[in-house]
Amino acid sequence: MQLRTLTPQRIYILIGYAVASAALFSAPLFMSDFRLNLLAKFLAFAIVALGLDLIWGYTGILSLGHGVFFGLGAYAMAMYLKLEASGDRLPDFMGWSGLTQLPWFWKPFESFAFAAAMGIALPAVLALVLGYFTFRNRIRGVYFTILTQALVIITVTLFIGQQAFTGGTNGLTGFSSVLGVPLSSPDTKRMLYWITVIALLGAFVLCRYLVKSRFGKVLRAIRDGENRARFIGYNPAVYQMLVFSISAGLAGLAGMLFVLHVGIISPFMMAIVPSIEMVLWVAIGGRGTLIGAALGAILLNYAKSEFSTSYPDAWLFFLGALFVIVVVFLPKGAVGLFGRLKFPKRKGQKHEQVSHSAV
Amino acid sequence: MKRTRLYHALLLIIAISLVIAGCGNNGGNSPAAPVSTNGETTAAAGGGEDSDEIKVGILHSLSGTMAISEVSVHDAELMAIEEINAAGGVLGKQLVPVIEDGASDWPTFAEKARKLISEDQVATVFGGWTSSSRKAMLPVFEELNGLLWYPVQYEGLEASPNIFYTGATTNQQIVPAVSWLLENRGKKFYLLGSDYVFPRTANQIIKEQLKAEGGEMVGEEYTPLGHTDYSTIIAKIQAAQPEVIFNTLNGDSNVAFFKQLKDAGITAQDITTLSVSVAEEEIRGIGVDVLEGHLAAWNYYQTTDTEANKTFVANYKAAYGDERVTADPIEAGYIAVYLWAAAVEKAGTTDVDAVKEAAKGLEFDGPGGKVTIDGDNQHIYKTVRIGEVQADGQFKELWATSEPVKPDPYLTGYEWAASLNSGN
Amino acid sequence: MLPFLKSWKVLCLFDRKAYTQQVHKRGEFMELIIGQLFNGMSVSSILLLIALGLAITFGLMNVINMAHGELIMIGAYSTYLTQNLFIDYLPSSMFNWYFVLAIPASFLIAFAIGLILEFSLIRFLYGRPLDSLLATWGVALMLQQLARTIFGAPNVGVKSPTWLDGGWMLMQGVVLPYKRLFIIGLVIVTLFAMYLYIYRSHAGRRMRAVMQNREMAACLGISTRRVDATTFAIGSGIAGIAGCALTLMGPIGPALGTYYIVDAFMVVVLGGVGKLVGTIIGALGIGLTNTLFEFWTTASLGKVLVFLCIVAFLQWKPKGLVAMRTRSLD
Repeated sequence: MQLRTLTPQRIYILIGYAVASAALFSAPLFMSDFRLNLLAKFLAFAIVALGLDLIWGYTGILSLGHGVFFGLGAYAMAMYLKLEASGDRLPDFMGWSGLTQLPWFWKPFESFAFAAAMGIALPAVLALVLGYFTFRNRIRGVYFTILTQALVIITVTLFIGQQAFTGGTNGLTGFSSVLGVPLSSPDTKRMLYWITVIALLGAFVLCRYLVKSRFGKVLRAIRDGENRARFIGYNPAVYQMLVFSISAGLAGLAGMLFVLHVGIISPFMMAIVPSIEMVLWVAIGGRGTLIGAALGAILLNYAKSEFSTSYPDAWLFFLGALFVIVVVFLPKGAVGLFGRLKFPKRKGQKHEQVSHSAV
Repeated sequence: MKRTRLYHALLLIIAISLVIAGCGNNGGNSPAAPVSTNGETTAAAGGGEDSDEIKVGILHSLSGTMAISEVSVHDAELMAIEEINAAGGVLGKQLVPVIEDGASDWPTFAEKARKLISEDQVATVFGGWTSSSRKAMLPVFEELNGLLWYPVQYEGLEASPNIFYTGATTNQQIVPAVSWLLENRGKKFYLLGSDYVFPRTANQIIKEQLKAEGGEMVGEEYTPLGHTDYSTIIAKIQAAQPEVIFNTLNGDSNVAFFKQLKDAGITAQDITTLSVSVAEEEIRGIGVDVLEGHLAAWNYYQTTDTEANKTFVANYKAAYGDERVTADPIEAGYIAVYLWAAAVEKAGTTDVDAVKEAAKGLEFDGPGGKVTIDGDNQHIYKTVRIGEVQADGQFKELWATSEPVKPDPYLTGYEWAASLNSGN
Repeated sequence: MLPFLKSWKVLCLFDRKAYTQQVHKRGEFMELIIGQLFNGMSVSSILLLIALGLAITFGLMNVINMAHGELIMIGAYSTYLTQNLFIDYLPSSMFNWYFVLAIPASFLIAFAIGLILEFSLIRFLYGRPLDSLLATWGVALMLQQLARTIFGAPNVGVKSPTWLDGGWMLMQGVVLPYKRLFIIGLVIVTLFAMYLYIYRSHAGRRMRAVMQNREMAACLGISTRRVDATTFAIGSGIAGIAGCALTLMGPIGPALGTYYIVDAFMVVVLGGVGKLVGTIIGALGIGLTNTLFEFWTTASLGKVLVFLCIVAFLQWKPKGLVAMRTRSLD
């Protein structure tokens, strides 16, 4: 990949990406407002999936705590929207929770720029701090995964318990406008959709750049043999910390976009179930390929939305069965299946076996 | 490896066109749902003026933690729709329910509400249980000018022009219950609730009321949703020695709390517990043996003695099985459908604004007695009843208001409540 | 974060002061201490019971079984079914003894389902712990929906036998409920049985051999397939027993498992994977600190504090309290 020659295949690939982006950009022309809104939400989820794929597919760290990072980004944006909707008054939930004035940490969120910056910085910094301790102490594999679950429980319980500051279980909702433009107008929605598409493409390019760079090679080296990478002279903790932080930042970005489209964020969006679902998007799309992760998020959410409409009583059966089948029989996900049609050789799962033998 | 990437690109195109095509054709047909959802964006609400059916949305959690409570309400609403259809429908048209699963997840409620209004073009939606799900749907209904009928008692402090509240607000359940307890059971209150918005707001109100009416709060405790060990809380209650426990626990936590309360040797004779979220349905899951003698405050019980109720209970059991029981939210969901149908008949159209106008002052003889829609806040007048759990799992009515109570969601009629509204 | 921290402090100080004042005033300090100590033991015993099965499937076999909570649920529903059978087919004088039968019944049903699960799914996932997490998550979703379809969405009621009603009056003001004592007893019996099976029986020896060195064990003529299947099924069966015991204390519904699954994992991880002693210490640690924090602060803050402690503790001892020593490196 050092020499980027324009082979016919490369041209096809480029055309493929171009067509896909064009299709995404032109979607508002032929979709109803509702469907566009839905698609925009899925695209935001695809950004989370890209971030998760970076740490899971490429670095071999499974985080079940990405709901928290997603939620932090979403709350940052929601705080701004709530303040804008409330005008000069106190946000409604603070009133009925007994607060008489705005808490100090809410004040800076009156500025959109601050909220947007915080939406990415907060999760990234939290991940950096958590990663610093965890990876330096060489907590990995299953232990890291369960640690992230503890993080989820802590955050969710805190957010629910501090109703006066966070809105409790209701979360934050009832927004009216962003930067003075009403959120409900179709023009705003279209604009937000395009922003989401650009963010997704940006995230994709960023991840692709990271993966193809030397940084990405080290990540894969860590995934396939952390100690070997360490013995060659790399410090895996630094790389793990960084990639975990980038991944959290992407989740935060997705959270912000999610709030703009959906108009609500509640603590349950950060809980265990959504966090596991996020990982499943990646698993089903195909871990270790960026496009697979993004597609997994979009297709799975689309399927979930359709299943639950068509079979309100039984859709969980389908969803559960899909998870089981894909994870057991298609460890490389849907993309893996597609690639395997022509290339039946099996190479997957090796890294996990290796890291497992140490336990 | 190059080839694989080529396939990825191909797959990408196929997938994206699939999604967009899927999204573009507005849903497609859904075999299991009662109707196929085809949404021409120009059609008038409820399937158009000239079609011979009217679509109504039903949006409850059929999966997830809230399914425990919401499935029964969903059943009652479907039953009401069938009854209305059997009697000739509304405006001579049959009602067709469009069922969606809120999945106990608030953003999903918002998404599905949006779908029902803008895609399925339903005339109205019956749905929601938790306050959170209502708060999530509220902006959607206000934005798209839809109509929601919300069937559960809640914490008040809300009156959206696009929502009709057929459950009790605080002055139709909590406030009279506290007054009754102060008069009949004791002055020392212990407030126990799940850690979410309804209990916290309700307790805020109760605290003000206790101050004003000469009661005393000896303890206040919130447990996380899904909390299952109450030994420590019970120890705290024992140390505080209250005369009354005002219980706003939600769902499953009630089971653990009451079972463990009994094991700790505390019976209804020692400390009276009054619950506002325990109805006939919940009694079955908790067990009569541990609940007997405890109190609840509702507007309706299965034992409520009206003609309409006898038929209602009989029909409900005939439709869903003899072992099923009716309860307050089930009744509220049931009358919501009838109230809406009556309003549509009166308005002569399913148009939201016309229906809202027609609904003002509308009366209906429901299973729980006569209800009237208050035109100002779109809540309904309801009779308040305090009941005691009997050995057969039913309530015995201990006290009831002589007539339906006027809804007052912002508690403007109570001086002590003035500070609660400062935020609004 | 600062306001949160502040409110914690205030709450801690305020509550502790208020309670100790109240308590001293009435001279009931000792009773409260003993009562809370017992509550802590009781919470620990419940945690241990739900974690024991996981200690086998996760600790010994390295399968992250997210459906463990649903196996607990199956145990609870089995108890419910046993109860109904007694009501329907036996004279009411026999009713009180249904619980004696319910324990083995829960074990056997969960055991059988564990066996089916192992055969149809888990055996493809050995050596892929993180994949097993995701696949069993799918299984958990399906089992929950299945329970909802069969038994209906609302909770079902299980009436506990009358011989477990009431409590033992230790001293004035301290009543130890029989149910909690019974669960503590049940845990001890289960532990003892597990100890006998794992460390004192031929089957247990084979099991340990396979878990320690699969290839070597296979070479020595042990059918690793059969050992895997039984081990997993036993872990599932113990989850069933936990479900049966939980009907005494809490709700019985389709979502029952979700309340316990994370706690169970925390116990096993905190204790250290692969050692029963670790699991016991883990359960005691979490149970006692939880009760303590909950008493001092509130239930929500108590929970937050306990999990913060777990996170901090794992930083210090990443492999848990009792770690298996190994020289291997990847």
